[in-house]
Amino acid sequence: MRTKASETESIEIRLLVEAIFQRYHYDFRSYSMASLKRRLNQALLHFHCESLSHLQDRVLHDATMLPQLLGYLTVQVSEMFRDPLFFKALREQVIPHLRTYPSLKVWIAGCSAGEELYSLAILFREEGLDARTIFYATDINPDALQKAEAGVYALDRLPQFTTNHQLSGGKSSLSDYYTAAYGNAIFDKSLRRQAVFSDHSLVSDAVFAEVHLVCCRNVLIYFERTLQDRAVGLFQDSLVRKGFLGLGSKESLHFSAHHRAFTEFVREQRIYQKCG
Amino acid sequence: MTEPIANQTIQAVAIGASAGAVDALLQVLSSLPKDYPLPLLIVVHLSPESESPLASLLADRCTIAVKEAEDKEPIRPGTAYLAPPNYHLLVEPELCLSLSNEEPVLFSRPSIDVMFESAADAYGDALAGVVLTGGNADGAQGLQKIENAGGLALVQHPASAAYPEMPRAALAACPTARTLHLAELGTFLKEELPQLNRR
Repeated sequence: MRTKASETESIEIRLLVEAIFQRYHYDFRSYSMASLKRRLNQALLHFHCESLSHLQDRVLHDATMLPQLLGYLTVQVSEMFRDPLFFKALREQVIPHLRTYPSLKVWIAGCSAGEELYSLAILFREEGLDARTIFYATDINPDALQKAEAGVYALDRLPQFTTNHQLSGGKSSLSDYYTAAYGNAIFDKSLRRQAVFSDHSLVSDAVFAEVHLVCCRNVLIYFERTLQDRAVGLFQDSLVRKGFLGLGSKESLHFSAHHRAFTEFVREQRIYQKCG
Repeated sequence: MTEPIANQTIQAVAIGASAGAVDALLQVLSSLPKDYPLPLLIVVHLSPESESPLASLLADRCTIAVKEAEDKEPIRPGTAYLAPPNYHLLVEPELCLSLSNEEPVLFSRPSIDVMFESAADAYGDALAGVVLTGGNADGAQGLQKIENAGGLALVQHPASAAYPEMPRAALAACPTARTLHLAELGTFLKEELPQLNRR
């Protein structure tokens, strides 16, 4: 039997996300509860609120709190070439298929601060496909999109990025793509020449383009099953026949309503191909 | 804080282990029968490489089902779910599992505290938490949350732990937790825990 304290907290969370939805139209109502609760408890400390009801009161009346609160409601943990073997599999097994198209569109759904976008832009340049590719980098968090567009990362993250890039089968040196200044690595703006940054919600928005590859890694784990199904449905509708979907290393379509629409293309790297 | 429930029985077991985990888990899990009535949720500190041999190693030597937890997987009895490397494991209120790649807690991802806390929220007083061998203090805070929710706190006796720091930290946070030597723990989980009447 759950305790009254935990029942009360669940009620407060549901009311808070409902308030945020009605007031600001950000919809977290179908996010996974357990992780949402952790992040909201961190937000309580940050905003010096005694309870989630108190936080709700404040955020309803003070719109300036929203951007920071969004930083807690969305998870922004990523790195460049995260799970290098995923990128290696993309390079070795997916790129040969993509090469056959005269023009390409790639959707990075839930791009956060852009680590995945720059990883793909570098990979596509190394493979000589960058000039014919448009990258759509979408997220619901305006701060994250701004960071993605800036392409600036703390220099102390670069050793990890560099190792990942090498393990992914990188054909160049990562240092070719950034300039170090004031403790930051500033990535070459030519990498985002072909990128479109846009606010897009997997909860409420529709398909906006026909794409050949969707990368949506470690985003779906924060959604409840129904919302996962909606998101994968969008990817399915957006992908060309035989298009590719890349998920996080522990995500799968195993429990998805759409699993029959895809085949496992590189099973261990969670790369799926839409059926023809 | 806890609602008094008559004949409340334990519905799940949450286990945390770190250094020395493999031998300890083997000893405990291999004593459980295939039709064990409870699910076991397990966090072990592992290197962050994306593939871990632990689940298949344990599965080979145990009669209960052992698998790496998948996101949004329903929790079933007689199955031991291991947190995958580099992801937190959480329990949702509707009793399915979730993964998360949020920041490490106490330098650990997966974190025992994170799993224990979400399991305490989901199961309340129907949860038993077990802290096994380890060289750090992860799990202590989570075990306290399990106790506060009315659940049962169990700690491997530090004297029988390959690395006693983690059991000691858990006992410092939960002084009334029941301590069991490793050899007793399997028997307790198998024979006493499913029948336990904690009225």
